[in-house]
Amino acid sequence: MIKGQIPIEEYKTGNTKHKFDIEKLKKKHKILVKYKYKKGKIEKGFANRTIYVNLSNLEIKEKKVTDDMKKKFTGGRGFGLKLMWDSIKPETRWNSEENNLIVTTGPLCGATQYPGSGKSLCLTISPSTDQICDSNVGGFFGPYLKFAGFDAIELQGKSKEEVVVVIDGEKSEIRVETAPLEETNSHILSEQLTYMYSTEDSDKSRQKISVVSAGLGADNSYWGCLNFSFYDIRRKVCRMKQAGRGGLGSVLRDKKIKAVVAKVEDFDGVSNNPADPDKIARVGTKIHREIRDLDRYQCNMRAVGTVHLVEIMDEYDLLPCENYRFGRFPKSSKIFSPEFYKYFTKIIPDGCWHGCTMACAKTVDGFEIKTGPYKGEKVTVDGPEYETCGCGSNMSLWDVEEILEFNFYCDTYGLDTISTGTAIAYYMEMFEYKILNKDRCDGLELCFGNFDAVMEFLHRMAKGEGGEFINVASKGIRRVKDWIKKNKWGDPYLIEECGMESKGLEYSEYVTKESLAMQGGYGLTLKGPQHDEAWLIFMDMVNNQIPTFEDKAEALHYFPMWRTWFGLNGLCKLPWNDVEPANNAETDEPAKVPEHVQNYVDYQNGMTGWNVDKEELILQSERCYNWQRAMNVWVGRGRRKDDWIPYRSMGPVTEVEYQSRKDRYDKQLVEKLGLSKEKVEKMSVSEKIKILYDYRQDQYQKLTDAVYYRRGWTQNGVPTPQKMKQLGLNDSKMLKMLQEKIEEDEKKGLNKWCGIYKKDEKPPSNDPKYWEKW
Amino acid sequence: MVEMSEKKTVKVLKFDSSKCKGCLECMKACSKIHFKTDEGGEKSAIQITKQKGKYKMNVCDQRGLCLDMCPVGALYRRKNGIIWLDKDTCIGCQACVGFCPTNSMRKSKSRIEPFKCISCGACVRACPENALELVEEEIDDIKQVVYHKLGAE
Repeated sequence: MIKGQIPIEEYKTGNTKHKFDIEKLKKKHKILVKYKYKKGKIEKGFANRTIYVNLSNLEIKEKKVTDDMKKKFTGGRGFGLKLMWDSIKPETRWNSEENNLIVTTGPLCGATQYPGSGKSLCLTISPSTDQICDSNVGGFFGPYLKFAGFDAIELQGKSKEEVVVVIDGEKSEIRVETAPLEETNSHILSEQLTYMYSTEDSDKSRQKISVVSAGLGADNSYWGCLNFSFYDIRRKVCRMKQAGRGGLGSVLRDKKIKAVVAKVEDFDGVSNNPADPDKIARVGTKIHREIRDLDRYQCNMRAVGTVHLVEIMDEYDLLPCENYRFGRFPKSSKIFSPEFYKYFTKIIPDGCWHGCTMACAKTVDGFEIKTGPYKGEKVTVDGPEYETCGCGSNMSLWDVEEILEFNFYCDTYGLDTISTGTAIAYYMEMFEYKILNKDRCDGLELCFGNFDAVMEFLHRMAKGEGGEFINVASKGIRRVKDWIKKNKWGDPYLIEECGMESKGLEYSEYVTKESLAMQGGYGLTLKGPQHDEAWLIFMDMVNNQIPTFEDKAEALHYFPMWRTWFGLNGLCKLPWNDVEPANNAETDEPAKVPEHVQNYVDYQNGMTGWNVDKEELILQSERCYNWQRAMNVWVGRGRRKDDWIPYRSMGPVTEVEYQSRKDRYDKQLVEKLGLSKEKVEKMSVSEKIKILYDYRQDQYQKLTDAVYYRRGWTQNGVPTPQKMKQLGLNDSKMLKMLQEKIEEDEKKGLNKWCGIYKKDEKPPSNDPKYWEKW
Repeated sequence: MVEMSEKKTVKVLKFDSSKCKGCLECMKACSKIHFKTDEGGEKSAIQITKQKGKYKMNVCDQRGLCLDMCPVGALYRRKNGIIWLDKDTCIGCQACVGFCPTNSMRKSKSRIEPFKCISCGACVRACPENALELVEEEIDDIKQVVYHKLGAE
């Protein structure tokens, strides 16, 4: 048995102790504005007001949360969308003055009884995609923001000096203070600010502070993430969770905000004042017990977190290796979860919010850094999670310590590991084809597996010492594609189809080639190619539960709506299906985990006092989902062309990929395309690739047709005013805008189905204006 | 606040089923300690139930697996070896309730913070049949239990 029951004081990480003079840092702080507010009571999960901070003119004001707002937008990400709609313009870009960076909570956020209840939802106009990006994150900030008195915070405008925004729930005031001397990189900055703002010199007091920050990488790239800190009383470390996707950290730094700090005076298990606390405690305890009894035999989250997925993905040919060319690799067992387990610190509650017994947030303590500015320092590395390991396999880094180092620097530099890893993997592939080379890459030898070059790239980017390549490359794959094409360095087909981005955002780490539904799960999304809307590979490819376009479209309606719901409430998705009741497989719809859906119905009702059922939960999401799509349309995106995905995510781009799954593809040419075996055998690989390419592109278009129809959108992907009204969304400005956009599309002839339908096939509807009858 | 046990033993409740007549005086005495009421029931840390014609007791055996579950350090072993829940530090997450291998961490409807047996002996004194007693156990002996192998009893 591993030794447990160590007194809290006696835990040792072996980390290097940082030395800094807090008084000296503090002396340089100048309060630019101070806003006093009256502390209200949180009622049934809502603080019933939001706070607005303008960094340009230092205006701070409270906004009321109305019942109408709750009815239409529920909370969390929904509130964020509403606040975005009220504050930006269609021309707003990530670095515009009026771009808004919003952190929201949600009615269930901050409850401690149900695992995964501490999520914040962040929204902004993304530098990568030029449209709204939403990203969810753990850590203590969201709950503390609410307990300090606010359902959301808006950060608009830009500061002239480096500042810290402090939400002080103890003194009931908001302050904007200059912060010239603090470090920018997160692992040091969050520690400095935690010590600076805690009332007493005790772990208990430090646990009442949460810091949102980015880092020097965010200053110089489009991959900036937000680090949300949570002080660990056992390790005595400010640990961090990341709002990774879409460059939110870059927006924070563009506003010259070094950090946002939330401080809570006190809170307990019922600080949300739930309508029925006992109901929540009952469902919470039920799921705690389920995790206790079953996690070890299911996902093993408590021991290894999400890295348990590495071996599963490898087994099913889904682990992205060498820029998604392959789904498994001979060396992959070197990064399977048992390898990480050796490094993880054991027997400590690892939840990123109190009461999360799923506890997937692992750490490696006392890890010695080998490169860059912190070389030699011993640190706590938060993670890695599956996605970061997937970046390792994508870049062909098959060494736990290399992945840990990559993870550590991405975090402290404020970089999204997913975008960074996926992009570098693409550059590596271009390097292999000699489309890029050492000269073109500022002297970096970016071949697959070159760990030193990867780290060098990160360090130079963080220092702002990039040449042309590093400057473009840190803006992501989309910009690099255009840059390479402009320079005419290679075959545009390879350049375009190998780079795993859609809408300007890099893919997360799953190989989707053999699952059409999952391609839709990445492409037919709001913010970009991210698996948080749907994860259908097993349903589709392994279990063949959704064979028709209609089935897939239904799944691509239900699951994105369901998963959106977590974000409206301030919840984490993992406790929904990363542990399942023992009898789940015997239920009607095991993929939905019906018992847990009912838990969430009870949970929301127990908190808010509403009387909703599971259908209403989906409706809550549908309102916000359509609203966000409509806003994407409003800013000039959100159409079929924007739901394009690179062919690397659909099928084999290159001959080596075809050869690696030759049997599968050859069989498909015979069975699905009706070619004779003899013919297929005689064909060259490039001919076969071409035929498969046309077939799969058409499949994707047909899927898109079916999904748009199911979601109530036009053939070009625009939510219709009829659909919006049906959902009870009557904002006249929005309805008018949508009508105009639909008419524009009509004039351009874009309101048409794009699948090629043969005689025995039918598009979703023969009526071109089917939506008008709703 | 946190005191760690230097003592090697802890007092644990033992129950003689053959003596029990099911009067539940122990539970009433227990709820008096924890909630200043003699209603017993869900407000008692000790639970006596009748199963297959026999009385059974469920109560904390002070093994302390919950210590590592608490995210805020509200649970600790006191000098006398007892596992103690500090109500003021507790944030009511129920992780200890859910993960207790013997389901002996209690939660009453009247309060979000759980409660547990503190080996105070009130139940022993209340029992008219002398079915309960407090005995000294080696802490190291009772610690050696792995939670995942034990479901509900």
